Amino acid sequence: MILGAYETVKTARSGQRPTGADYVRNTISGFFELHGDRRFRDDPAILGGVGYLKDLPVTVIAIDKGHTAKERIARNFGAPNPEGYRKALRLMKQAEKFHRPVLCYVDTSGAYCGIGAEERGQGQAIAENLMEMMALKTPVISVLIGEGGSGGALALGVADRVWMMENAVYSVISPEGCASILWKDASRAPQAAEQLQLTASCCLKNGIVESVVPEDGLGSPDFYGRLTDALYDEFVSLRTLSATELTHRRYERFRAMGRRRD
Amino acid sequence: MAFLNFLFQPKNELETGGRSAAPAAAPDDPLKTCPNCHMDTPVSILRENSYTCTCGYHFRIRARTRIGLITDPDSFTELFTETASDDPISFPGYSEKLSSARSRSQESEAVVCGTATIGGHRCCLFVMEPNFMMGSMGTAVGERITKLFEYALENALPVIGFTVSGGARMQEGLFSLMQMAKTSGAVRRHSDAGLLYVALLTNPTTGGVTASFAMEADIILAEPGATVGFAGARVIEQTTLRPLPKGFQTSEFLLQHGFADAIVARPEQKNVLISLLGMHEGSDAK
Ligand SMILES: [Zn+2]
Repeated sequence: MILGAYETVKTARSGQRPTGADYVRNTISGFFELHGDRRFRDDPAILGGVGYLKDLPVTVIAIDKGHTAKERIARNFGAPNPEGYRKALRLMKQAEKFHRPVLCYVDTSGAYCGIGAEERGQGQAIAENLMEMMALKTPVISVLIGEGGSGGALALGVADRVWMMENAVYSVISPEGCASILWKDASRAPQAAEQLQLTASCCLKNGIVESVVPEDGLGSPDFYGRLTDALYDEFVSLRTLSATELTHRRYERFRAMGRRRD
Repeated sequence: MAFLNFLFQPKNELETGGRSAAPAAAPDDPLKTCPNCHMDTPVSILRENSYTCTCGYHFRIRARTRIGLITDPDSFTELFTETASDDPISFPGYSEKLSSARSRSQESEAVVCGTATIGGHRCCLFVMEPNFMMGSMGTAVGERITKLFEYALENALPVIGFTVSGGARMQEGLFSLMQMAKTSGAVRRHSDAGLLYVALLTNPTTGGVTASFAMEADIILAEPGATVGFAGARVIEQTTLRPLPKGFQTSEFLLQHGFADAIVARPEQKNVLISLLGMHEGSDAK
């Protein structure tokens, strides 16, 4: 069924969908959580650690929104602070050291907009992740599982492959934000959602993502099994590339986006 | 230093004495009123002071004006002028917005790039243009900045960049967001070759530009009193339901929290850049 773009936004935001922690639990065996950024504190919005994708040791990083009201508050509704992005970067650098692939599950309305977040350099934290991920000498796959909210999502999305759930969205700005800034009318969010081309099929067409993951049986063992197999095969093929070739292709992947001729 | 502390000075000092003492406007030398201290100053005097008021207020200036203040006379050669935005997601009203931005700013896009010498030191330079959709970053801005870093890498040149931006240009959708990753990759390659990048943050630098190349420089300088941050102040207030602290997201706030190396007033910027460029001469990996 084809949903209108704004319907898809609402689906992507739904508390009924599997969260980042659900994906980790169901695709990674022997997961061991690693906490903290070694700078300030542990950010509960981002879950990180090591485990096996089938027989392949991986570093996995997931933004988790939580299901219950209590969980959602504890997870800050999946809105990371700078220390969350710094934890993610620490774990990615660790993965690079041990030649482990990195798997990111992304689901956020955006990086947290708070006083402390600004004091601790939200912009700098995201910028550093973009720059470091661009040069990371180990394969990275990012899967957008729900909301891909702007820079806060991109900070875990500079990957060799970016995949998107069928009903996930990825956008430079929320449709509500876009409508209120451009048209001074947040109620025109559905129109903004259509215009922003934020659905998985648009992202695929625009070359922003490589693959759209069907949501048949979303959250079922079959669903996770298919996803695990697909991720495993992709990592196996990415691991045949040298670090130089890998980072070169990653650079070219983003370099091609919005390329203009002189 | 008056320039560094103007934000915290009582405003009446210049306001009371300044106004009556202000010279009458000459027909070819109009007066400009400072929004900070309300004093009127002839444009000729402002020009001599790099478009800063005696109270320390920094007037907003065009990219071309800034290039004139910073580079050696006739040394600037512009690059990538043909790299312009189209309308990649056919956003309603965007084409019209682009045309009016072009005529208002007299620029083809929100950043001017090129090579120049500064105190005799050859470098690549990018200067963002506030009058072009408030320096928002779309594909053309991302592409020009990426090309500039690639050019600088090829020619082993340092990059000096002046930022002013409201953030990503939403009318280009995800293509504008992806420019954050693209420019970051180019900065990284340039950096890996041992080349210098100095960013100078001016008012305002926010959103996707702060969260990419503005914060990726080896040395981050800021103009006094500039607003620099990731999220918009109003959004933060709405999210946290708390009043924002005084001086929140200013250059001074950035310095205090460790995200800028120094605050440099406009009249001193050229000399500071000359000295930094000199110190890094021949530092590249070649
Ligand atoms: Zn003044």
